[in-house]
Amino acid sequence: MDFSQIIPALPLLWDGLKLTLQLLVLGVLGGVVLGTLLALMRLSKSKLLSNIAATYVNYFRSIPLLLVITWFYFAAPFVLRAITGQDTPVGAFASCLVAFIMFEAAYFCEIVRAGIQAIPKGQMGAAQALGMTYSQTMRLIILPQAFRKMTPLLLQQSIILFQDTSLVYTVGLMDLLNSARSRGDILGRPHEFLIAAGLVYFVISFIASRGVKRLQKRLAT
Amino acid sequence: MNYNWDWGIFFKSTGIGSETYLDWFIAGLGWTVGIALTAWIIALVLGSLLGVMRTLPNRLLSGIATVYVEIFRNVPLLVQLFLWYFLVPDLLPESLELWFKQDLAPATSAFLSVVVCLGLFTAARVCEQVRTGIQALPVGQGSAGKALGFSLPQVYRHVLLPQAFRIIIPPLTNEFLNVFKNSSVASLIGLMELLAQTKQTAEFSAHLFEAFTLATLIYFTLNMSLVLLMRFIERKVAVPGLISAGGK
Repeated sequence: MDFSQIIPALPLLWDGLKLTLQLLVLGVLGGVVLGTLLALMRLSKSKLLSNIAATYVNYFRSIPLLLVITWFYFAAPFVLRAITGQDTPVGAFASCLVAFIMFEAAYFCEIVRAGIQAIPKGQMGAAQALGMTYSQTMRLIILPQAFRKMTPLLLQQSIILFQDTSLVYTVGLMDLLNSARSRGDILGRPHEFLIAAGLVYFVISFIASRGVKRLQKRLAT
Repeated sequence: MNYNWDWGIFFKSTGIGSETYLDWFIAGLGWTVGIALTAWIIALVLGSLLGVMRTLPNRLLSGIATVYVEIFRNVPLLVQLFLWYFLVPDLLPESLELWFKQDLAPATSAFLSVVVCLGLFTAARVCEQVRTGIQALPVGQGSAGKALGFSLPQVYRHVLLPQAFRIIIPPLTNEFLNVFKNSSVASLIGLMELLAQTKQTAEFSAHLFEAFTLATLIYFTLNMSLVLLMRFIERKVAVPGLISAGGK
């Protein structure tokens, strides 16, 4: 084992980590927005909307993320050609990001739904008694409280996504894991680079989950 | 969209021997189920052991289990798989290393790596569920057992674990389903499980939408049948009189 080769490769690994974090941040933001939308659909009085959302969630929760990533990567050029009518190149980054957003939205939806349902019913009634519309009630009363309560769960899910971003390896995107793998192979030091990448993932996830636990305790009191 | 839909594709010959594409999917499903079940057995045994260790009064044992969980939960599954597949064989004694790399068929060595990896990875999750289940029981249960003269192993075997395992069936079901889904990472070390066969079908036949739709349907059906099976088990073993009896 010789870890000295890693030092000169640090800028490259940093680029990989940046790509991983980009995927993570955009994936979480998109996923939470879409997930909230789905949660509102699931809780809406319309049977149709709530069924659509339920099917969506069940569908994405029963297939592997790796399948979604691969599928979207293969299918993106066809779909785009169908929409725009011409050949538009789709980067692996875009197709992976869409896959993450759509997949994670199913998980975020369940978290948001539980968060909304944990708010006492009287809040809804009180807001309506004050003359607020449904969207005002959601926006000003229910969602702010729900989001505060479910922040730890959302963060936990984000840590899982952080680890799952490594699956973009399958489409050759140069994230942290893939840049470590390819550089390690070039330099003939695959083991050291693999361990280094694992260590980075470990440190970040470990610190983050510690932080989440702390937050959870603080919110509970 | 000038894409030719053809659902008959699965019955057409792949051009390799007399295999049809459907044969590929069946072979792939076989690997997926094989990986998942084997890994699940490892995870369940090791995870239960670790879960019990975490609740023991012994500092050392519970510390070991805690470290295990932290390590295996905070490193991505794919990184762990690469470590098991590329690094660990090199650390083995020479005779074992040669056996793993040369004597074993490539599919067998990949299968071994993925099963060990997925088993140990899932064990960390099972451990946390078992610990939660044990800790969810009233403290009085353990004390009552001891007051009746049970030894600590007896308390666990006759009082705590039978109840804890019943409580955690729903979260364990989730982990069980996750093993099936996570087994798809095996495609990244060249094992021809369901996802790998799907990809191959998409590339060979150029009918990628059909191939991925079928794969999705298989995963979906697998998932749903396992959910139903676990619900059935949950109802069967429910303790009458407990609120959770009958299950959700």
